[in-house]
Amino acid sequence: MTIDWTRNETLVALVILAFGALAALSDPGFLSIATLTDLLRGGIVLGIFATGVLVVLISGGIDVSFTAVAAFTMYATAMVLNAVAPWMPWWAALMLGAALGAALGAINGVLIAGLGLPTLIVTLGTLSVFRGFMLTFVGQRQITTLPPGMREFGRMMLVRGENPDGSIWSLHAGILVTAGVIALTWFILHRTLLGRQVFAIGGSEESARRIGIPVRRVQFLVYVYVGALAGLAGMIHASMARVANPFDLVGLELSVIAAVVLGGARLAGGYGTLTGTVLGVALIVLVRNSLIVLGIPSTWQSVAIGLLILIGTGLPAWQARRAARRAA
Amino acid sequence: MSDAIQPPAPPEALITLDGVTKTYAGITALDAVGFSIRAGEAVCLAGENGSGKSTLIKILAGVERPNRGRVLIDGRPAEGLTPRAAGQAGIKVIFQDFSLFPNLSVAENIAFSAELGAGTRLVRRARAGDLARATLARIGVAIPLDARVETLPVAHKQLVAIARALATEARLIIMDEPTTALTEREVRVLLGIIRRLKADGVAVLFVSHKLAEVLEVCEHVVVLRNGAKVAEGPARDFDAASLTRHMTGRAVGGQAPAPLAEGAPELMRVEGLGKAGAFADVSFSLRAGEVLGVSGLLGSGRTALAKALFGLVRPDAGRIAVADRAVPPGDPLAAARAGIGYVPEDRLTEGLFLTQSIAQNVAVGRLDAHAGAGGVLDLRGLLAEARDWLGRLSVKAPDPDAAVRSLSGGNQQRVVLARWMARSPRVLILNGPSVGVDVGSKAEIHGIIADLAAQGLGVIVISDDLPELLGTCHRILVMKAGRVTEAIAAGGVTEADLAHRLAS
Repeated sequence: MTIDWTRNETLVALVILAFGALAALSDPGFLSIATLTDLLRGGIVLGIFATGVLVVLISGGIDVSFTAVAAFTMYATAMVLNAVAPWMPWWAALMLGAALGAALGAINGVLIAGLGLPTLIVTLGTLSVFRGFMLTFVGQRQITTLPPGMREFGRMMLVRGENPDGSIWSLHAGILVTAGVIALTWFILHRTLLGRQVFAIGGSEESARRIGIPVRRVQFLVYVYVGALAGLAGMIHASMARVANPFDLVGLELSVIAAVVLGGARLAGGYGTLTGTVLGVALIVLVRNSLIVLGIPSTWQSVAIGLLILIGTGLPAWQARRAARRAA
Repeated sequence: MSDAIQPPAPPEALITLDGVTKTYAGITALDAVGFSIRAGEAVCLAGENGSGKSTLIKILAGVERPNRGRVLIDGRPAEGLTPRAAGQAGIKVIFQDFSLFPNLSVAENIAFSAELGAGTRLVRRARAGDLARATLARIGVAIPLDARVETLPVAHKQLVAIARALATEARLIIMDEPTTALTEREVRVLLGIIRRLKADGVAVLFVSHKLAEVLEVCEHVVVLRNGAKVAEGPARDFDAASLTRHMTGRAVGGQAPAPLAEGAPELMRVEGLGKAGAFADVSFSLRAGEVLGVSGLLGSGRTALAKALFGLVRPDAGRIAVADRAVPPGDPLAAARAGIGYVPEDRLTEGLFLTQSIAQNVAVGRLDAHAGAGGVLDLRGLLAEARDWLGRLSVKAPDPDAAVRSLSGGNQQRVVLARWMARSPRVLILNGPSVGVDVGSKAEIHGIIADLAAQGLGVIVISDDLPELLGTCHRILVMKAGRVTEAIAAGGVTEADLAHRLAS
């Protein structure tokens, strides 16, 4: 197998390996199942978010409202289920969350695809509206007693085991949902006409229109899909945290977009891979979880993530510009 | 003769336009244009920018509806033609920009329309690959199917666009400006493909302002000027000169500019200028009052050279001097201080503040000269000067305070010129000075260039519009693959000759 050095994926994979090697050198305990499961656990919610963001970026748009959609969904669903349907099983609760998220995403879709408004402006607006609406009309107090279905899901572990020091490690079953979301998204993007239309619109919206792709319909579906994934991720987040905190999640959106861009998706649209996205998420989670192992204070986290973004996205952009200038 | 309804066009006509008229907000873009295209025939539709060519393409493609007149397909009137209906009727447009998806593979680009039409929800790579392979084989070219389209050279992109048009049932292929970016060899490949298509019974409509190259495969020529059909006939009755004469309504070639005064002083000297990957070892000198043309195909380095002269691209080697004083390389401000002005090719994105007023657009180049004590602007003086220049370059604007966006292409170009003239430059670099302007404005812009030169400015015109170069320049530098291969004196060359030297 040949290695393509110009791809972001290669760069990110190398950084992950280097980071892992450094961490292992400074703390031999780093290379353990406990670390791995911690990282996987950290990637469950981020991975679902990032997959949604990848689809929007490929279509040539951007969505910054998904964290608000997730927070709104987990809080409102938890409250409603507690009040009227505490009997609902966990899988139905997750589906309900996805449906509510899709409905909120449809609002973005109508504004963007229907009215033709710029995607960043719309989602910045809805980010604020969804969040403000929830805090004003739904509530501000944490829900510490989740509905039974969500509690059950929160306790669901795929595997668990004992560390050498006697503590317990476990891997949450949510990782299966994330894997399923990634597989489904791969299928949609690469095996359905809809997915290829998403790529085509991101490559050239005007060309897409000229050959008869229903651009607005595809864009609308993209924002509904992102909304559904965000709703799902919100439900999983609350279940795993065992609390629905309305002030949670919002603020995470730029880290997620950064992870996707690090993985090689272009903000201009048309390009991006799930492999790259998974690697990008892995790197961000690794940095968040493991800087401490390296003896770097956690306040440096944001600096490190920022530098990774600057280097990871700046380097390819700089190379592309050099190539373009040579071609001029 | 029976009483059966007679088809209004000869039965073999595939497409007939009958008195097609289109007006936009009171301006007539097409005026009762009529002609027909038969199966297996290639027709040349010639016309300058603004002659109504694009409107005609849009009507045939179903994007626009004519106000009067009709389009007949197979002798039957096509009422309310939509892009979809036009596509189903086999009318395929290959736009000048090809409208491909740069991020997708060759196979996917070719098969996309067919997949859309198939109505399936799932894609099958094998099916798309087979279709793409078969279509490329039909036109006899080999392009790697899984290459990303953005990595292909222009000529291959065009072939992919042709293949995409053929991948679904195609009866008429309309090609918009098909030869703009092709070398002579690539044009020959294209002509070979057109011959194959004609043998298959596919009709081709070439739409361009540079059609001499494709005349040999055409049966029929139609010339538009200012929205009206001014000439039509068998292709053998036309040549490059007669096409140009019909398109412009006057003989453009042969009007060489007024000769350069003997002993005019040297204004600008460029020695050994080079930029890795763009151009190399470019040397020339420019005298006061001289108009120097620089030409070459897309990708020959002409645009990079123009930008380097104005400091927008930093050259790796060589020097530029204006009036014997060296100009620091790669610094547009220093170039402007040295008296170099640059009017970019794409004035919309590079040269103008579209939403700001016309007067402000001119004045922005003179802010420093009108800054008073403490950096406060003398706004009144600034705008008065701007208005003065607008008048001198005869910008037709209802109101200098209107947004530049509201002006026509030719007048926008004049606004950019006015901004530079307000700075009284010594050397003016014009990149594609008449791209996208109508014939009348073009002649006036050429007049302005001649006037500027007569006032003692040195003017460098970068263009691929050969009549423009021949009509305005004293000398023409020909660039190929980043090098100046020839310097041709005005009057020493015909248009066909120059075209050959550029593309061979």
